[in-house]
Amino acid sequence: MLFSAFLQAIREIRRNLMRSMLTAMGIVIGIASVIAMVNIGKGASESITKSVSNLGSNTLYIMPSQEHGPGGNTAFSKPFTMKDVEILKSSIVALQAISPVASASITALYKDQNYQTSVRGVSNDYFSVQNWALKEGRFFEISELRTGQNVCIVGQTVVNKIFPLGESPIGAKIRLQNFSCEVVGMLQTKGANTFGTDQDDLVVVPIKMFQRRISGKEDVPLVMASVKENIPLEEAKIQIEQVLRERRHLKEHEESNFSVRSMTALLDTISNVTSMLTVMLSAVAAISLIVGGIGIMNIMLVSVTERTREIGIRMAVGAMAKDILIQFLIEATVLSALGGIIGLIIGIGITIAVAVAMDIAIIIDPTISVIALVFAMLIGIFFGLLPARKASNMNPIDALRYE
Amino acid sequence: MIKLQQISKIYGSGEVATHVLKNIDLEIKQGEFVAIMGPSGSGKSTLLNILGALDEPSSGTYTFFDSSINSFSKEQLALFRRYILGFIFQGFNLLKKTSALENVMMPLVYQGIDAKSRKEMAYKALKSVGLESHVYYNSNELSGGQQQRVAIARAIVTNPQVLIADEPTGNLDTQRSHEIMELIRSFNQNGITVIMVTHEEDIASFATRTIYLRDGVIERERTHAL
Repeated sequence: MLFSAFLQAIREIRRNLMRSMLTAMGIVIGIASVIAMVNIGKGASESITKSVSNLGSNTLYIMPSQEHGPGGNTAFSKPFTMKDVEILKSSIVALQAISPVASASITALYKDQNYQTSVRGVSNDYFSVQNWALKEGRFFEISELRTGQNVCIVGQTVVNKIFPLGESPIGAKIRLQNFSCEVVGMLQTKGANTFGTDQDDLVVVPIKMFQRRISGKEDVPLVMASVKENIPLEEAKIQIEQVLRERRHLKEHEESNFSVRSMTALLDTISNVTSMLTVMLSAVAAISLIVGGIGIMNIMLVSVTERTREIGIRMAVGAMAKDILIQFLIEATVLSALGGIIGLIIGIGITIAVAVAMDIAIIIDPTISVIALVFAMLIGIFFGLLPARKASNMNPIDALRYE
Repeated sequence: MIKLQQISKIYGSGEVATHVLKNIDLEIKQGEFVAIMGPSGSGKSTLLNILGALDEPSSGTYTFFDSSINSFSKEQLALFRRYILGFIFQGFNLLKKTSALENVMMPLVYQGIDAKSRKEMAYKALKSVGLESHVYYNSNELSGGQQQRVAIARAIVTNPQVLIADEPTGNLDTQRSHEIMELIRSFNQNGITVIMVTHEEDIASFATRTIYLRDGVIERERTHAL
């Protein structure tokens, strides 16, 4: 009986194919949105997590400002100095490497080629903190760092832009602003990070040279440190905070006027934003599903009226009210489930397309697919109930007389 | 087999009440072929609908063998129609855009018969009405006479005890009407009790007994010589 009702439902949908498809459109859009949102969200989260751990999940960012979110105001904070970095390095054993970082956007020139890039003043520890490897040449000599020699290490993008003929940049003298520096090394390619930033677009110089030639200040705007393996990030963070609070003569009740942040904290923020977006967009999709359900109810009511005579015939040959109820319920459920399946396929298609376009991980969550399909069927049952009840409550003789 | 006692049917109430049937007493024996005749508004279709358990009388008792039909619940009435009765309508009442075979198989679905047996039984029924070469035709591709044959096949496929026919030849020409009546008579001769409404004397002549209704009462009845 149930299988016959199912076949009957398929036949009815095929008989009014265009109408059925348009009716199921709300469900298709709703399910496709839910599937795409959740899967893309998960893929993006996974990619962010992966790239953050590539950046170094053991990396700490020490900034001379409070944590006021991204771009916190540093203008009124007391900046760090090289002395701070040296003391941190010598006093905290939990640290594997620690480097000052100062950066500025500067045009690099070589012969008749020029290219605007990010110039960073660092110490040799920077390469360890950021997992940079050399493709050619060498890192800075200790003497070069101490005296702030005009030497630099270039990223692949910069090489491609100002050495277009493919010659080796090692030994070449490139101009940065109003001084020239000798290229002593070239970094391995890293490519773009999750946020789409080209990581190879940089020129690295000794911090001392940066301070003297570029910023003109002794300030260290950012300190990056990596923590030794097996040592919890939180422990290193507390130690750093203690040292810096002492150095800044902060009293116990005073708030820190600097911040020590890890990528995991950033990751949490991103994942919070992602989940919030997923919830919001899913709510929009849920509204679409309800609208789709109302569409199904509307068309099923029309269908019941159109098929009043058929209902009468079925009752005359012995169908009970519950047989008619089941038949129309199954029709509504099959219609919405069909919409759900089409929506699922489209949703997966969108997920793959977006993941490929945005270069994020392709994740198809089977649980959400099953939930979406079950939800679509529940919508069919819920919104099919009123039309089905209307059909099953008909009086056989009135239904047979219906013109 | 069938016994109606003091059956009345009133539509509406108060001043607008219409007495369609007034205290009808009728007995139909197993294997009879009864024709009900009468002018429009005489109550013949209402009487047939009550006999077919599609409509309920306002008062009186309807007994089928020992069962009191008017005490049946809706579900019991559905079961009564499902296993005991077969229906033939004037307008054929086939499912549109559905093959002859599927139309005939439909009542068997409600009897819970499996798909393979359904198909075999429906094919056999269609063969018995001479439509074995049209089983896969859609109902709208068939002529009026063929459609009524499909309707007859649908009515007899469940092997009913009583065939209820409401003007079965009303939409057919004389020749097709006689063919259909011969068919119905052949099923009656095989033991199925037939109750038929008609307004044509020559069609009623196929029956073994004709009941004449007028203004909701049985005016007279006539038994035909076989």
